[in-house]
Amino acid sequence: MYVYVLRRVLETIPVMFVVALFVFLMLRLAPGDPAAVIAGDYATAEDIARIRERLGLNEPIHIQFMTWIGSLMQGDLGVSIFNRLPVTTLIGQRLEPTLMLALTTILFTILVAVPLGTLAAWKAGSLIDRFVMVFSVAGFSIPVFVLGYILVYFLAIELRWLPVQGYKSMWEHGFIEFIKHMILPTLTLSVIFIALIARMTRASVMEVLQEDYVRTARAKGQSEFKILMRHALRNAAVPIVTVIGIGIALLIGGVVVTESVYNIPGLGRLVLDAVLARDYPIIQGLILFFSFIYILINLLIDLSYTFFDPRIRY
Amino acid sequence: MLQWTRRSMLAAAAVIAPLALGTTAVVSDASAETVLRVIPHADLKNLDPIWTTAYISRNHGYLIYDTLFAMDEDFKPQPQMVDTYTVSDDKLTWTFVLRDGLKWHDGADVTAEDCIASLKRWGARDGMGQQLFGVIEELSAPDPKTIVMKLKSPYGLVLESIGKISSNVPFMMPKRMAETDPFEQVSEHIGSGPFMFKEDEWVPGSKVVYVKNPNYVPRSEPPSAASGGKIAKVDRVEWTYFPDQNTAMNALISGEVDYFESPAVDLVPILSANSDIVVEVNDPLGNIGFARFNHLLPPFDNADVRRAALMAMKQEDYLATAVGDQQFWKTCYSVFPCDTPLENDVGSDVISAGDTEKAKAALEAAGYDGTPVVIMQPTDIPVLSAFSLVTAQKLREIGMTVDLQAMDWSTLTSRRAKRDPVADGGWNMFHTWWIGADVIDPMSIAFSGNPEAGWFGWPDDAELEEARKAFTVAETTEEKQAIGKKVQERLWAIGSSGHLGQFFVPVAYRSNVKGLIKSPVQFFWNMSVE
Amino acid sequence: MSVPAETRPALEVDPTPKTAGGGNPTVLSLVLRHPSILFGGALLLVMIAVATIGPIFTLDPVAINPILRLKPPSAEIWFGTDYLGRDTFARVIHGAQISLVIGLAVAVIAVSIGLFLGLIAGYIRALDAIIMRVMDGLMAIPAILLAIALISLSGATLGTVVIAIVIPEIPRVVRLVRSVVLSVREEPYVEAAIASGTRLPLILTRHILPNTVAPLIVQATYICGSAMLTEAILGFLGAGIPPEIPSWGNIMSEGRTYFQISPWIIFYPGIALALTVLAVNIVGDGLRDTLDPRIARKM
Repeated sequence: MYVYVLRRVLETIPVMFVVALFVFLMLRLAPGDPAAVIAGDYATAEDIARIRERLGLNEPIHIQFMTWIGSLMQGDLGVSIFNRLPVTTLIGQRLEPTLMLALTTILFTILVAVPLGTLAAWKAGSLIDRFVMVFSVAGFSIPVFVLGYILVYFLAIELRWLPVQGYKSMWEHGFIEFIKHMILPTLTLSVIFIALIARMTRASVMEVLQEDYVRTARAKGQSEFKILMRHALRNAAVPIVTVIGIGIALLIGGVVVTESVYNIPGLGRLVLDAVLARDYPIIQGLILFFSFIYILINLLIDLSYTFFDPRIRY
Repeated sequence: MLQWTRRSMLAAAAVIAPLALGTTAVVSDASAETVLRVIPHADLKNLDPIWTTAYISRNHGYLIYDTLFAMDEDFKPQPQMVDTYTVSDDKLTWTFVLRDGLKWHDGADVTAEDCIASLKRWGARDGMGQQLFGVIEELSAPDPKTIVMKLKSPYGLVLESIGKISSNVPFMMPKRMAETDPFEQVSEHIGSGPFMFKEDEWVPGSKVVYVKNPNYVPRSEPPSAASGGKIAKVDRVEWTYFPDQNTAMNALISGEVDYFESPAVDLVPILSANSDIVVEVNDPLGNIGFARFNHLLPPFDNADVRRAALMAMKQEDYLATAVGDQQFWKTCYSVFPCDTPLENDVGSDVISAGDTEKAKAALEAAGYDGTPVVIMQPTDIPVLSAFSLVTAQKLREIGMTVDLQAMDWSTLTSRRAKRDPVADGGWNMFHTWWIGADVIDPMSIAFSGNPEAGWFGWPDDAELEEARKAFTVAETTEEKQAIGKKVQERLWAIGSSGHLGQFFVPVAYRSNVKGLIKSPVQFFWNMSVE
Repeated sequence: MSVPAETRPALEVDPTPKTAGGGNPTVLSLVLRHPSILFGGALLLVMIAVATIGPIFTLDPVAINPILRLKPPSAEIWFGTDYLGRDTFARVIHGAQISLVIGLAVAVIAVSIGLFLGLIAGYIRALDAIIMRVMDGLMAIPAILLAIALISLSGATLGTVVIAIVIPEIPRVVRLVRSVVLSVREEPYVEAAIASGTRLPLILTRHILPNTVAPLIVQATYICGSAMLTEAILGFLGAGIPPEIPSWGNIMSEGRTYFQISPWIIFYPGIALALTVLAVNIVGDGLRDTLDPRIARKM
């Protein structure tokens, strides 16, 4: 088993390398001269040449790559072109809102989707099952921002129940303010995620319910609740957790949109602003950062199986 | 087992999160402080107002830096950091004495040496600064409070230059900062202005915080545009940038912010309908729409083709499309903003007609050969995007081939610097606007006729340059007006640029905000929250 | 287990391979067994019809008209106008064409490239590791971020947007195809064919390709739906196809500022988009249930 863990950890290295290489090439080979962007409105050709020199853009591309990888290894993601702050500082400033939004969304999704999916599987073919299935298709079809605007319009502008925008830190403004500002973004972001997890839960639980040992348990007269909890949900957990891990990428995409709709100063807004302003180091740093999180979470999920599910052996 | 794991992992995350975030979370106690919460017109990307001309960086500069001279409401330079000044009889030696009690935010005294270094750095970047330094023989500081400026020849715009109201404003910085390479950004943000920049609370792309400078000694005169006493009447000014106008409007309506610097004109009806909100036009000169030709490339290397295009440009159509409500725009056929000293109508018939048929005939007479016109359309700036669409429609109507190329503003700014042919990434046209104060006299780089040192588009007209040069030594208002007419005559004769009229950007704020200063530039001193 | 696609209902590969041409259902039996597909299919057909012939009958979707700015929907102007006085109805109809073309183009290109790479990875062991590591790397980059970055760096055109949406879709197709190839290879009749010296192209076309058809059709439907959504999100964020092209995402993006005074600018394209994607997803679910009953049972 330790061999497996080691192998699985080592496997992430080439993946990270591919991500890094891809991100580097994408930005360097793109048309458009970063030096001209930096130089600003009134720069002459000489100014631009000086800036190119300073940024090392005149070096051969493989040297640039090696330099870049070298500083990455030391945890240096570079410095923003425009505001001259280290990318790691910028990420640190923006981490909290995004992390909190991701956590509330995952929490809310699990609380809603898993019971919903289990119920649908248990009462397969019933009205509630149909509702869950319709919801799970519809949830995939509504653009996140349209849903966001509808929620804002009714709950914040018409009914004035919730604030329109912004993020309030739990540590600075207290839990009530934090939650008030979190409800709309979380709802908006959760819908597509709930659709995914509810569907997956339904499928997994349904499969387990047809297994022999469930029939045996039923024959023995165990209560339905016990069967669902002890057998069905427990054994369906592996695929559900896997989907949650994969859904992280979906969540990151949704965060960019949701933060934009609700004016939340998180990483999603940071990356969008950086892209629009062509702030190369921030774009590079953030894509790497998000990919790293994705790889890490999926690594942890994979490893958790080997530790805790005795049936999985490698 | 697995369930236990999931739960424990979540629990672990909940425990770790606050620990990890404890270091990044900013704790502030705002209970007893007065705060002015502002939605600025743009995100503050650069903190160095000498390095960039971006208006948002200029507004940031006015909060934390001070200037030697400053424009008043009538666009006359008045002493600001300077206490008294004298000019020698031969007009070659200017002596400025600084006020008492001027201190940098770090506590050090403001010295003449600091100011000289700041002027030099500004002179390396700013157009008017370069002109001024062209005639400066020597800058010296005989004592810590006295600046002596020796000129090679008399120059009529000394005070207008160092009291310039808009970008690049000659802000004063400590010598160590002012010695930064003018093409690098400063790394500290220490000024002597009425507010101080809170670097530890700055979240680029979102939030900028300023606190009152307790040691600032304001002048005794009442504030008048950039001049007069700059009294900070709130403890904190907080800028929160909103990329979405609709969200910004809702935040103002719900009282989550106090001041909205540039609401879209279309949102004004909703804002005005709210009794807690005041909407008004703060900049009497407004902005001047500008259609710029590339004079180096066909078809606009031909003055007659440029003039034909001007004839097609009907200002009403541009303004109604891009701005909307007529309350916020007016036509203006002078190259200098209307209601300013140099406004005139010499040669303006080329643009005031807005006549498609006349333009069509003129284009044919000019021998237009069907060369496509590449218009760069900055789609992230709605007004300029709309200007581009109207121009495309107008030029097509008079028979020109138009290639409208969508891009964002930052791409446009790098591409417009290219003098290459269209095939190598060049361009034929783009649109922009100047704030009225920027184009108030012939010295603006917008009116340059020197293709070497001029602005993008590079018009070439020696007569124009001669007239602009004469302006630097003109003394009386009559003389200046006569030169203004000459400059305008040349600008229309060569079809330098299309002037698309004047439009006004309103500001909106909660009615408990008081003390807004009328000016083309947004200032935050004298403003209070009651 | 195989990895389900992240942005759409999970899909597993049928481990029992079929031989070529076996057991394809008729349209009638398909509809009879899944009445929802009738609804989805009809909706989709209406959208396609509107997108194909609709533009002939509408006003010019890009003509500016300052006098008619931000007019609400009425008997004459069905969907109202936007901030430049352009007709929203005309723009939504033209947008249907653009959205469907993007959806279709992305699905076809992603499936073709994915099929090619998946066959290579599944069949040529030497290249398998390399291709799959690259695919793992691509999958680790959040799709929307990757698309935004690619577009803004290479310049927004219809072509670059399609490519930027295609690239993040490829890894999932590759994985799907590869897993089919791997399972089919082990079948006795394929091993026999290989042993008897049948040439590679023949093995591919006779034994392997037919088994990929059903899952790929289903996958293509889902890609089509998610590509239309992605286009809208990119447009909304201001990072999509050039704004002068009236795609649904662009129309909605330009309506953001006016959401409260003129909600119709976002409302109508939003409904059109949701309905179209819904139709595509319903058809996808129906196809999956019919073409691949084993997956259907699992879902």
